[in-house]
Amino acid sequence: MAHVSIKSVAKVYEGKVRAVDDVNVEIADGEFVVLVGPSGCGKSTTLRMVAGLEAITEGTIHIGDRLVNDVHPKDRDIAMVFQNYALYPHMTVRKNMGFGLALRKMPKQEIDQRVEEAARQLGITDMLERKPKQLSGGQRQRVALGRAIVREPSVFLFDEPLSNLDAKLRVTTRTELKKLHQRLKTTTIYVTHDQEEAMTLGDRIVVMSAGRGVGKVEQVDTPLNVYRHPKNRFVAGFLGLPPMNIVDGKLAESDNGLWFDDEQGLRVRMEDRYRDQLISRVGGPVAIGFRPSAMSEWGEGTYLPPDGVQNANRITVVPRVIEPLGDSIDVSCECGSAKNIVARLAARADFPTNQEVHLSLDMAHVHLFAPGEFGENLIH
Amino acid sequence: MTKPASIQPVAGAPFTPGRKPKKAAPDTSPIEASSKLSRTLVFVGLVLLGMTFVVPFVWQVLIALTENPSEVDTLTRTGMPPAIEPGNFAKVFQRVDFAKYFFNSLFIASWATILQVITCSMAAYAFSRIQWPGRDKVFLLYLGTLMVPGVVLMVPNFAIVLGLGMFNDYTGLIIPAAFSAYGTFLLRQFMLTIPSSLDEAASIDGAGHWRIFSQIILPLARPGLIVLAIFAFLFNYNSFFWPLILTKDDNLRTLPLGLLQFDSTYGPETNLIMAASLMAMLPPIILFIVLQKYLVKGIQLGAVKG
Repeated sequence: MAHVSIKSVAKVYEGKVRAVDDVNVEIADGEFVVLVGPSGCGKSTTLRMVAGLEAITEGTIHIGDRLVNDVHPKDRDIAMVFQNYALYPHMTVRKNMGFGLALRKMPKQEIDQRVEEAARQLGITDMLERKPKQLSGGQRQRVALGRAIVREPSVFLFDEPLSNLDAKLRVTTRTELKKLHQRLKTTTIYVTHDQEEAMTLGDRIVVMSAGRGVGKVEQVDTPLNVYRHPKNRFVAGFLGLPPMNIVDGKLAESDNGLWFDDEQGLRVRMEDRYRDQLISRVGGPVAIGFRPSAMSEWGEGTYLPPDGVQNANRITVVPRVIEPLGDSIDVSCECGSAKNIVARLAARADFPTNQEVHLSLDMAHVHLFAPGEFGENLIH
Repeated sequence: MTKPASIQPVAGAPFTPGRKPKKAAPDTSPIEASSKLSRTLVFVGLVLLGMTFVVPFVWQVLIALTENPSEVDTLTRTGMPPAIEPGNFAKVFQRVDFAKYFFNSLFIASWATILQVITCSMAAYAFSRIQWPGRDKVFLLYLGTLMVPGVVLMVPNFAIVLGLGMFNDYTGLIIPAAFSAYGTFLLRQFMLTIPSSLDEAASIDGAGHWRIFSQIILPLARPGLIVLAIFAFLFNYNSFFWPLILTKDDNLRTLPLGLLQFDSTYGPETNLIMAASLMAMLPPIILFIVLQKYLVKGIQLGAVKG
């Protein structure tokens, strides 16, 4: 068990290509932290620097209280699960799992005991004498997991371990991983590009981006905080499915209030409590962001915030495509200048299309961003 | 509306009585027939090709069984040996120290093969799995030595071996053959196909380079090692020129040099040469038969997701 401290870490390849820059993450003992971001954001590189598979160009990494910048991977007391499992094909499952222990000169009896215990936990006991190629993808994944568990390391590193599994298996394995972590309470760093995985698994998530020409950390927080209070437009758009609707427009002042206005029909009155923060931006470009679930049907029998217009805005949309999801429907609509706004509404079989419909927008879940791909969140 | 109507009779044509489809024979469609023809052609071609490999061999056996060198002419004319004489094989051993040549060839080729597989695999590991500055440039340079014809290097190599005191000695025949740019290249390419996550997993598991090399990479590179072993053995076993210039004593001679002895002043004793070379062919054939199953068997399957 150990905490991990990543300070001002950067990776520069061959003296010129800067892959990751200025990564700062403090991971508490026993915490499950997920690095998430689109491809090329440097999340795997960061993980590999923690593992010792990549040299650290700038900054420091501590595991426990030990500076590990120049420590060999084998001496970092870590275990890693790879995306392609990286099982030794010429060894049986038993040998694969016990390899690390044998290298550490552990008595054979104890190795067997630990391997069998891990195999029992993972339900692969009857596969111990098989070779990796005789196993299915999910089973190989378990073996890779088992190989990490038997080592009883102070930190687990996972590099997209579920991305080679089919959708159904991915979800069940995800739950098992979470259970496993609850039982072992080992500090874990987990890399994925799947925002759903990040949200469900992480105690905290680290959202990274590649958009500024270099991998960078955008936000570090609990999943719900990142979801509810994204720091900038990138984080807002990356997390959540369907993604947040973001529309560019201007901030205008009229009727004693501040309004978002895209000048093509989408006008939203911002809450007065943000007046002081926003007043300097009046007349300037901004972008409004709201999640599909922040909308509901306007009218009788549907959700309306208690204090009426203060907290909800009526917006007019033209629904084009309805996607039924069972309990809810995803409605893709045109709204002002935006050609594709998605609203997740309570399911209704006769929802109208190709005609104007009024929706209620819950202002508690509306964000306003400064212009640009990484424009900061101005009100949360 | 009119279109479907005009299409109708055409679509129904095969069923119209009196208008039989062209493929009259029920069991062979045109596609089957043409594939049968092409298969026959391929078969004939393969048989002819096979003959070009087998005929010289049969010829060699027949010559090896003729009693006297002058009868070889009869054989060439008639295609039939005048008389079968199996004694030629024994005669080979009586006339020259064939057993010694045999031993020398096997001894030198075996050592050269073992050493070459060891040195090449280690070099290939360094060139494929370890990152060090200038690695690929050094490799290109090493590979570049393949472009220099062996004959050009013969004299300088000879001078070096002479200077090292290895002239007329087993070491002079084995040591220079223990290294190979080609073998390094072959194994490097093979090792590049082994996923690097295996080394990484092993190094996190606690393995150093030596252990990764011996316990992970070597077992996985086995098909490549076997290919190299066969090539190295054949090359050194058949080597003629280098042993010729490097040996003085008769008891250091190898098989190819030994065969030369039957080419006497009275003309070549073709029957004995053939008998001797038939026997000389045995070790490579046995080696190939023993190792070929490993060639086919790819043990790398299942290493990663698949």
